[in-house]
Amino acid sequence: MLMEVGISVGSLTVMGAALGAILGTAAKFLAVEEDPLEVELAGILPGSQCGQCGFVGCGPAAAALAKGEAKPNLCVPGGKAIAEALAKRLGISLDMGDHVEKVPEYALVKEDLCVGCARCLQECSVDAIIGASKQMHTVLPDICHGCSKCAEACPTEAIVMIPITPTLATWHWHKPAVSDHVH
Amino acid sequence: MKLFAIRGGIHPDYRKELCAEKAIVALPLPRKLTIPLQQHAGAPALPVVAVGDVVGKGQVLAKAQGMISAPVHAPTSGRIAEIGDFPAPHPSGLTQRSIILEPDGRDAWADDLPAPIADPFKASARDIGDRVAASGIVGLGGAAFPSAVKLSLGTRHKLDMLLLNGAECEPYLTCDDRVMREYTDEVVDGARIMAHALGAPRVVVAIEDNKPAALAAMVKAAGAFANVEVVSVPVQYPMGSERHLTQAIIGLETPARKLTADLGVVVHNVATARAVHHAVRFGRPLVSRVVTVSGKGISQPKNVDVPLGTAVSELLAFCGGLSGTPKRVISGGPMMGQPLPSLDVPVVKGTSGILALTDAEVNEKPAGPCIRCGTCVTICPCGLVPVEMAAFIRKENMDGAAKSGVMDCVSCGSCSYVCPSHIPLVHYFNYAKGMINAKDRERRKTEQTKAMVEVRAARLEKLAEAKHKATAARKAPTETPGEGKASA
Amino acid sequence: MTFLPEKSGPFGHAETSVQKTMTLVLAALLPATLFNVWLFGWPALLLFLVTVGSCVAIEAGCLKMTGRPVQPTITDGSAVLTGWLLALSLPPWAPWWIGVIGALFAIWMAKFLFGGLGQNVFNPAMIGRVAVLISFPVQMTAFVPPKPLFTEGAPGLMESIGITFGETVNMDTVSAASALNFIKTELSRGIPVSQSMASVPGFTDMALGFHPGSMGETSALLILAGGLFLMAKRVISWHIPVSLIGTLLVMGTIFNLANPDRYLSGVFHVMSGATLLGAFFIATDYVTSPVSKSGQIVFGIGCGVLTWVIRTFAGYPEGVAFAVLLMNSLTPIIDYHIRPRAFGRTRKGEPLALTRKT
Repeated sequence: MLMEVGISVGSLTVMGAALGAILGTAAKFLAVEEDPLEVELAGILPGSQCGQCGFVGCGPAAAALAKGEAKPNLCVPGGKAIAEALAKRLGISLDMGDHVEKVPEYALVKEDLCVGCARCLQECSVDAIIGASKQMHTVLPDICHGCSKCAEACPTEAIVMIPITPTLATWHWHKPAVSDHVH
Repeated sequence: MKLFAIRGGIHPDYRKELCAEKAIVALPLPRKLTIPLQQHAGAPALPVVAVGDVVGKGQVLAKAQGMISAPVHAPTSGRIAEIGDFPAPHPSGLTQRSIILEPDGRDAWADDLPAPIADPFKASARDIGDRVAASGIVGLGGAAFPSAVKLSLGTRHKLDMLLLNGAECEPYLTCDDRVMREYTDEVVDGARIMAHALGAPRVVVAIEDNKPAALAAMVKAAGAFANVEVVSVPVQYPMGSERHLTQAIIGLETPARKLTADLGVVVHNVATARAVHHAVRFGRPLVSRVVTVSGKGISQPKNVDVPLGTAVSELLAFCGGLSGTPKRVISGGPMMGQPLPSLDVPVVKGTSGILALTDAEVNEKPAGPCIRCGTCVTICPCGLVPVEMAAFIRKENMDGAAKSGVMDCVSCGSCSYVCPSHIPLVHYFNYAKGMINAKDRERRKTEQTKAMVEVRAARLEKLAEAKHKATAARKAPTETPGEGKASA
Repeated sequence: MTFLPEKSGPFGHAETSVQKTMTLVLAALLPATLFNVWLFGWPALLLFLVTVGSCVAIEAGCLKMTGRPVQPTITDGSAVLTGWLLALSLPPWAPWWIGVIGALFAIWMAKFLFGGLGQNVFNPAMIGRVAVLISFPVQMTAFVPPKPLFTEGAPGLMESIGITFGETVNMDTVSAASALNFIKTELSRGIPVSQSMASVPGFTDMALGFHPGSMGETSALLILAGGLFLMAKRVISWHIPVSLIGTLLVMGTIFNLANPDRYLSGVFHVMSGATLLGAFFIATDYVTSPVSKSGQIVFGIGCGVLTWVIRTFAGYPEGVAFAVLLMNSLTPIIDYHIRPRAFGRTRKGEPLALTRKT
């Protein structure tokens, strides 16, 4: 009786230890690595998963940035502010020279084409689209951050992306044109 | 009265003699008025009239919206012809929402103007503030900040003084000078009403000593009132800057991020005081203003009382048109004024002058290398180091520029004016301020986007959870909610 | 009618230009220069022309080689001024190649290699002077006693060409020591300052300029007049000259009172050598001095202290050029740390505390 108890306890202990060791090793080798730099970079990105940078979302974009596989100016909706923040965190200089900055845009619903299918609603990661099934939709331009996912999802091409042009409130003087010979 | 020194500053060529002795003349009614919905700092006004409406002079065309805004009134009687986008008097050349009014020629005041306030000195501060707000009065010195907002400062600050700004330190401009000379009593009365609304015991009128006639007239008119004092301040650009004038009068510097009201002083322009007089005593809103049309590119320089919305071209035609091709046509003074993109833009509440300047007057030359003469440092009235800020901005180092104080720059133009190398310093600073503000907007937008994403994620999670719970409940009615959650 | 508003305000400009500033400085130097050309004769004029000409030619060459526009830079007058100041700091009978080599160091090395006008860290003329002084100490300390033009003993034009461009004169026979040099030499032989002072030119000669020295440094009065003219024209301010001269005067006077056998008097420090030229024309060089007035006072005091230290303890009798160059290297640091207080802010950039009169 005592013997049986001993065997069962012993075998269970051995099994437990062995399984624990296997699991522990597996956890170590198969772990999904969470790079603190990546986390920090992801924190700088807008987190809207729009995919305009060519990566699936902000997480993979941050990973690519951390590995140096992407340039800090990859985030289109983030503009210069985010590009500079990323470059600063990565300690690299931001070369906007070769980069043709995409003008920020916002989405606009063409009322005559919208059929109220509500597909765009699900795509919008910032809840900028108001509407319901069978109702005409509209985009709040102040909230929209121009990811254009809704435009891609729209079956009737009722959503167009409108570039945000300067207004009297946002216009500012360009850099003065001074010859290069002048320091 | 003891005056205090202000730092730096310059003595530009004033050229006020072109217009100083020209009495104010009224412009004949134009055939068309283009009235922008935004002629003030803050939110644009909201139209309350429709195309085809017939309006009386002084009738509200658009009402204020938001805390900082101002209504817009019909400058004359007539018919609303159009509401649309028209070129703004702004260097960008952009359009802005405007109401087109076709005058009927009768120039008849509307019937429903507010009643005059019989005894303003018995009226409450609030009543006067409301009247000023309803009359669409904004700072007529050029900044066009809604005056009622500034008049309400007395509720939160203990004020010692209404400082009436008659410095008119910008070269060429003589509109304030003429208003003080020709409408002296109206200015003094308006100032006293404003001081009453502010709860300020004293009124000090500061006038640069290159306007002896205005000084004499104002001293005479102020003599009747014990609490109104007129002081002659030295000619020193930018004496008319609110903070610098305050320092010259009371000897205190307004701390950064504070208002002069924190020092017990509220500054208003002399022409604004006159507009307040009209609004309070006669119920008449701001529908016209005195504009100095000057510069050697103008055939007959004049001080003109112009209905708001008049096209600049029409005003120039009244002054004999342009003589030759001017190098620059600007709105405001030469130091802080803005170049106009065309002559088809309207005169607005903030238009203190229309100047057509010749090549010789602007004296523009291509920029050369900085020789570090330090004049810009010596004359900067804000105690900044323009040479250093410009160097940062040239290298696109906006953080460096901000740290060295570019956001404290008031764009008075003194540094550019004196630079022997003709470096467009203020242009650099305007560019940097624009870039820094734009980046700030982007940063706020990103923050907003992030917050919205989080809210949505949380909502979706909750939704999924609820769905799951519902499904679980349907499948196993006996299962407890706690277990459901654990398996989720 | 439409315009393109490509430029922000202001729309007006003072009648100032780099060229105008340089011209005023040259005008201020003219009386002292003319006087000394007369005083030291044709060789001085020839050396002056060679030096100024070399500076302009080297500047033009540098610009051309790097494809920069030549005309606007040459006409701004800065190369002429550098050459002029360099010439004034050379012994008047120095050979032509001293001027050319000095010009090369001044314009090419000190100015052009740093990026041209406005970019140089060190005063070009003083780099030129110091470079030739270190390289050719014999020629650079061979001063001559005054030999005014058209007086007996003054060399004629042909002879002067020989002096400047040939080897026809044995400098040993004509040379005289400058006052500072003389006293330093005497001191090294054990003769106290108080005694050797008796043999240097008197106060009047020092003030008027009748004593051996560099081409443009001898006439204290004319240089002072030029400096005051620049102040009146607001090209320079009092800050650097007064702090430099004041420091030298005070230090010299204190030490001289303490030990007149060892230390020169403050007044002599101010009147001799390159003090006045340095204080009004060299140390005030815009490009290489601090931009703020308070920074300029620090700079001037530094120049004064260093000049006194170098003259008193170092191997060279004259120290103005070295002092200015040393302070030049501190200019960026002075500019960084000493700046005006911004309106409404403390020196640290924080908003002022709210104080209110009651």
